[in-house]
Amino acid sequence: MKRQDGRRPAHPWAVRLMHWIGVYAMGCMIFSGWEIYNASPSLPFLFPRWTGLGGWLGGALAWHLSAMWLLFADGLAYLIYGFASGHFRRDLAPPRAAALARDMAAALRFRLPHRAGHYNAVQRVLYAGVVLAIIAQVLTGLAIWKPVQFGWLTGLLGGYPFARGIHLAIMFGIAAFVVLHVTLVAIHPSTLKSMIVAVPAEREEGR
Amino acid sequence: MTGASPRPAVRLGDISADLARLRRRGFLRRALSLGGLSLLTGCDLSTHSGVDAALEAMLRFDDRVQAALFDSQRMAETYPASAITHPFRFNAYYAEWQVRPTPDHWQLSVGGLVRDKSPWPLPALMALPQQSQITRHICIEGWSQIGQWRGIPLHRFLRRIGADLSARYVAFRCFDGYSTSIDMASALQSQTILALDFETRPLTPQWGAPLRLRIPTKLGFKSAKNLEAIEVTNKYPGGYWENQGYDWFAGV
Repeated sequence: MKRQDGRRPAHPWAVRLMHWIGVYAMGCMIFSGWEIYNASPSLPFLFPRWTGLGGWLGGALAWHLSAMWLLFADGLAYLIYGFASGHFRRDLAPPRAAALARDMAAALRFRLPHRAGHYNAVQRVLYAGVVLAIIAQVLTGLAIWKPVQFGWLTGLLGGYPFARGIHLAIMFGIAAFVVLHVTLVAIHPSTLKSMIVAVPAEREEGR
Repeated sequence: MTGASPRPAVRLGDISADLARLRRRGFLRRALSLGGLSLLTGCDLSTHSGVDAALEAMLRFDDRVQAALFDSQRMAETYPASAITHPFRFNAYYAEWQVRPTPDHWQLSVGGLVRDKSPWPLPALMALPQQSQITRHICIEGWSQIGQWRGIPLHRFLRRIGADLSARYVAFRCFDGYSTSIDMASALQSQTILALDFETRPLTPQWGAPLRLRIPTKLGFKSAKNLEAIEVTNKYPGGYWENQGYDWFAGV
């Protein structure tokens, strides 16, 4: 690491900004998506009415087809930044199996240490996983928004009804991530601060 | 609603479609939910006029993107007869018992930017060359079903009546009170037909008798049933659902 450890913020301002724009965009997508789902549920349940965004199907679609641009722009900016800045290589590279097993075991015993500015194996897997899930969600979304114009993509995803099912399934995956992520933040409240303001990263070795 | 009356004159089921329609006025009425509240903090929660305007603007932007993505050479997937959905689901802005039979002396009016405005009685339409398709009908609600329709390719009909093919819109008016409109490029796509048959039989009232639009490159609500008039125009015609907030282009 070139920069002096103590001076580097745990999260650069660009990551913090894109994180919160992403939270807003994904929130719009999920809550309006629940309202859209409720118009024709493919599983034997409805999302509670009060969780929906948009008021009715047309409103929910207006939110969904508006927020998708924000999510797309934010996600694209994040991907470009992630590759160009070394953020992905440094922070989200897949951990070794041994490191993942060790950190996972520690996490399950609530003994996984958290050091500001450093990503343990569990975080690497979760964050890289949710980024991949959002990319997949954009693709399945395109497939069900434009099953004729992007017919090749819809075909690749098993046809319109199946792609719609995948779109719903990935939403559950992202929602599960959000629950886990917010729970972990609640256990380590200082991480919330470090995602809002510049908090110095901890040194490589020290705790 | 009159839930207290022991013998209500109107049953809830009978008017549910109308109630649903009344509920849909405005994007955001009754949208003050967890999602709405947490995401709209800072907005005027009493009117939402700014939010509505922003959403409207985004839908117009989406329309332009959709028009740009549309390629008239790209065909909607077609299926074998074995893939046809049975039973086929009825859908309209009203309940099935409210379906209107074809009026006596029905004929199709033609208007706007066309050379020949003479109306078309049914036998004249039936005498035109027909084309059959088995395609997927995708509802804006998300469900879909595969059906078979047969009818007159719209591009042929438009040429036949001398329509101005550089006009922007083709508008459809129906005798059940419904209306919709499509862009000229989609109207000229070869799978867009004025259907006379559903599966292998003439349309019955619930499937849009005597004549309906079938356009597999757009969401189901664009395939207007029970047609009575077609107009070629440069003035944005809107439509029943479009005027309430569904995106106008509605391409798939």
